[in-house]
Amino acid sequence: MAECHPVGFQWVMEAKARGATIIHVDPRFTRTSAVADLHVPLRAGSDIAFLGALVNHVLTEGKEFREYVVAYTNAATLVSEDFQDTEDLDGLFSGYDPEKNVYDPSSWQYEGGEVAAAAGHRDAQYGKRTGGDSSEGEKRSAGGQSHGSGGPSVTGGGERDETLQHPRCVFQVLKRHFARYTPELVEEVCGIPQTVFAQVADALTSNSGRDRTSAFVYAVGWTHHTVGVQYIRTAAILQALLGNIGRPGGGIMALRGHASIQGSTDIPTLFNILPGYIPMPHAHQHEDLASFVEADAGTKGYWGNMPAYTVSLLKSWWGDKATAENDYCFDYLPRLTGDHGTYNTVMRQIDEGGGGYFVVGENPAVGSANAKMQRRGMANLDWLVVRDFQLIESATWWLDGPEIETGEMRTEDIGTEVFFLPAAAHTEKSGSFTNTQRMLQWHHQAVEPDGDARSELWFYYHLGRIIREKLADSTDPRDRPLLDLTWDYPTAGPLAEPSAESVLTEINGRDADGNPLSAYTALKDDGSTSCGCWIYCGVYADGVNQADRRKPGQEQSWVAPEWGWAWPANRRILYNRASADPDGKPWSERKAYVWWDEDQGAWTGHDVPDFKVDMRPDYQPPEGATAENALRGTDPFIMQSDGKAWLFAPAGLTDGPMPAHYEPEESPFGNAFYAQQSNPARQTHSRPDNRYHPSGNKPGSDVFPYVFTTYRLTEHHTAGGMSRFQSYLSELQPEFFCEISPELAAERGLEHLGWATIVTARTAIEARVLITERMTPLTVQGRTVHQIGLPYHWGPNGLSTGDAANELVSIALDPNVHIQETKVATCDIQPGRRPRGPELLEYVAGYRERAGIHELTGTEANRR
Amino acid sequence: MTATTRRAGNPAAELGYDQPPARKGFFTDTSICIGCKACEVACKEWNMVPEDGLELSGMSYDNTQGLGASTWRHVAFIEQPKSLGGQATNLQHEGVDALALAGAQTASPPPATRPQVDLGMPGAALPGADAGSGEATPFRWLMESDVCKHCTHAACLDVCPTGALFRTEFGTVVVQDDICNGCGYCVPACPYGVIEKREGPTGNDAVGLAQKCTLCYDRLKGDLEPACAKACPTESIQFGDLDELRERAQVRVDQLVAAGETGARLYGHDPDDGVGGTGAMFLLLDEPEVYGLPPDPVVTTRDLPEMWRRAALAAVTMLAGGIAVFAGRSNR
Repeated sequence: MAECHPVGFQWVMEAKARGATIIHVDPRFTRTSAVADLHVPLRAGSDIAFLGALVNHVLTEGKEFREYVVAYTNAATLVSEDFQDTEDLDGLFSGYDPEKNVYDPSSWQYEGGEVAAAAGHRDAQYGKRTGGDSSEGEKRSAGGQSHGSGGPSVTGGGERDETLQHPRCVFQVLKRHFARYTPELVEEVCGIPQTVFAQVADALTSNSGRDRTSAFVYAVGWTHHTVGVQYIRTAAILQALLGNIGRPGGGIMALRGHASIQGSTDIPTLFNILPGYIPMPHAHQHEDLASFVEADAGTKGYWGNMPAYTVSLLKSWWGDKATAENDYCFDYLPRLTGDHGTYNTVMRQIDEGGGGYFVVGENPAVGSANAKMQRRGMANLDWLVVRDFQLIESATWWLDGPEIETGEMRTEDIGTEVFFLPAAAHTEKSGSFTNTQRMLQWHHQAVEPDGDARSELWFYYHLGRIIREKLADSTDPRDRPLLDLTWDYPTAGPLAEPSAESVLTEINGRDADGNPLSAYTALKDDGSTSCGCWIYCGVYADGVNQADRRKPGQEQSWVAPEWGWAWPANRRILYNRASADPDGKPWSERKAYVWWDEDQGAWTGHDVPDFKVDMRPDYQPPEGATAENALRGTDPFIMQSDGKAWLFAPAGLTDGPMPAHYEPEESPFGNAFYAQQSNPARQTHSRPDNRYHPSGNKPGSDVFPYVFTTYRLTEHHTAGGMSRFQSYLSELQPEFFCEISPELAAERGLEHLGWATIVTARTAIEARVLITERMTPLTVQGRTVHQIGLPYHWGPNGLSTGDAANELVSIALDPNVHIQETKVATCDIQPGRRPRGPELLEYVAGYRERAGIHELTGTEANRR
Repeated sequence: MTATTRRAGNPAAELGYDQPPARKGFFTDTSICIGCKACEVACKEWNMVPEDGLELSGMSYDNTQGLGASTWRHVAFIEQPKSLGGQATNLQHEGVDALALAGAQTASPPPATRPQVDLGMPGAALPGADAGSGEATPFRWLMESDVCKHCTHAACLDVCPTGALFRTEFGTVVVQDDICNGCGYCVPACPYGVIEKREGPTGNDAVGLAQKCTLCYDRLKGDLEPACAKACPTESIQFGDLDELRERAQVRVDQLVAAGETGARLYGHDPDDGVGGTGAMFLLLDEPEVYGLPPDPVVTTRDLPEMWRRAALAAVTMLAGGIAVFAGRSNR
């Protein structure tokens, strides 16, 4: 966190100054470790083993926050008799289809019911719920692509055992599942000595409970894995057991990779969700708004209001053209037909060619996994638009990219028409950033952009305006969605810059009279309200840009509600009903946050209560109640249809209702937990340009004996577009380097500041060598494993240059979110520089041959 | 064990400034530095100090390498085989001295321990088949943001023949580019090696002139804190009235020592040291030499008055002798 989020890290330092214990778990000793109390180096890719053992420790030692667990989690809920655990099936859950490598999650349901998830793959049961059937392709796309955070519609889950003794209650299922996650196995798999594990377990459990809370902070070190979503799930289970969710000082904080990546998920640049985590509709036959809502909305919890959120969104986009008669233009929305994620898109570019591609604030030519495939895809387009500050590699690969050097591409053969459009920086435009706390902070334009540089808002507004002008006379129905859009933002200044605040007001939403709405609870499903993103409703309450508030911390309460604005409804901690006990009293004075005030008949406290404000703690839903009124006064997790934190996820995940340790796609070790080597539902794409290594005890795995991990340094930003072209940053880290331990240097004859060649089945790159004791060898399964650190910022352009670490990485994806496994893979390292030109291809082919790599390597169902 | 902190003198007042503001300075608490280098970048941005070399140094993450004409803030990174207070690092190294290897700029281990380079051919045994025993190796990673000390007795200022270096009303020491003639006397005069003549880039207005931290004199005049302190996310760099900073520094060092960080100490806080105390103090976790700081800095002009006195005495003696000779002659 100190490395990649130094500004946010000031609060960790402040917590430390107030006595907090800081534990840093990372394969490398970083700037974060330097100021932590305890650094826990572990083998990259083994976190579920580690976290799972903490779960097991809590359960076997009875360290859970029992009252919280019984009341606020689904621990007491009974699981269907059909469910079979990894314990029963040696590493698989029930419902696995070994032909297609996908799970049918129907056996993971609660006893007697069916639940849709609050997040993740809410749509997997679509056919079942709507009574229809869907084709296999649709099933897969439905299961894999619907990332809405919609309402779980619980039809079961009524069977509970609050003594937590029933063998099929979630608590007991969980206990059995994690029983094999012992400190001994942590030592064997992660390389963490048992004494160190005990230190972590003690620190965590002794700082959790009524009087104390602990927080987890993670970044892509957890997500960039073929089983990444389940990493976060394990932490969520642990925090729910310890009562650390919805309480001050608790939580799980996801650090985002760029400024406002949170914002670009809330109002997404993702293919599979609409603003506010409403799922993108699928191309199901005859689907209309009603069946869309039926498939995705819950009947209990706030997702029960999904029709209001969706209709208001459609009204915001199509205004008066959206009417009840035309289903509020629901048919104007594009439909999914499958996985349209970035890696699938790249493979289609390579395989099918044609089409266009916008690359905006990204540098896939060096910044995405298997950089060669990224460039090959871009080389096979009709046109490519790159909007960036600098001539990044994604704009120049056709002239001087690695494939030109190796002879794999010739500039004159590349048909892609490349447009480079300079972008304005944040100081040159107004707008908001949404940070990891869901807080929007407004920034004002300071100067006009230079030359041809323009803001994103300018670009898309005027692009839309021009396209609409060109289509103005069209009678083709397919142009109606564009022509009917509300596209009326006022512009100002010498560049005709659209007003960012007018966009914010549209996002905030308006009532029937055009007045700004103040909360999402005011949204209606009858077309009388419009709202561009329901969770942002209220950001322009009272006609005031709430994101622009800057009241200093010392002039307001410690929660600082008047600095910026946090969605939803300016709540700073989500699910904060859980900060009070079931009766509505704070769990302790020290951790008081939100509580029930009997005199006022309302929830009150330091923050905006994340609960229906007048719902009494003893409220019991009457028969037939819907949405939030269908939850009880003791159900804090109001987006879940059962109002509970899920220790066991009966729906929403494609790779199991509970996390299990699987080895990465490429690993020097066999899975010590199960016969199943790696995530059985992971997505592999073995192709000549994306071959995988043999793992574990498979022949050839020793050709790639080392583990590497990629990461960022403080001095540079992601793929370098914002830093490698800046002299003040480039001089601080002027060149690509690899970090290795003295032991590995000795083993391979690598010299400090000399060159090393790092090789995978994809390609070989070279890096200067930094030998440091910060990289520690670990003892795993009785032998030493060396890990190689590769910061991934570089490419050939700019002031600070070097090979791109992403050249080495394969495309192997998490099945829930299609994220690539950049955090761990295997490799070889040799002293000296890499071969040049066509010799590089021969060199890498030689490795593939020696390792016996073929089409099926690393894609097998992967039983040990 | 809070010692009473001695108040720093105010050289501005001594110089005759009429009611100068309180002496300003820095307190850099290295125990909370996270090595983000925001201070380096903010300093260069604000003061328009040019980039000065894209060189991978191999000295941990320190590619800046030291203060100079175009580096007015420098973050040192020190990897040490010592433990930090109560920190547990759980790093395990056996048999290979990384620091020795790195220091020698070669990691070539002795031939006996070096395995045959197998070019990736499958071998009989997996690398590292012999696993280690599990004792953690002492290690810590120190970071420190260094800066001009703005000495109470500043030799650079003493030796400057043009008056380009002057003492500001804030008690800080600043070079005036339009007066500096580039004689360079100040460069060897600085006991810390801070001030230097800028050598490039060609075309830069200050090439050939003495350059160093101004403690953001322009910002101070505008009632703003210096750029480095403003940018520091962890308040490792604190700016303020020197007397107050001294008290704060003493409280912090006492706190750290009490917490078991026995190596914690202040540097530059003592008005009785060789430079009369500094306007930029540091809380260090090890000997100053570890951070590249002189352990006992002395203002290089300290002995000048004495030398002048002796020279004068010698001159007077010579003169008296001469007179005596002539007097003697006339007496003859």
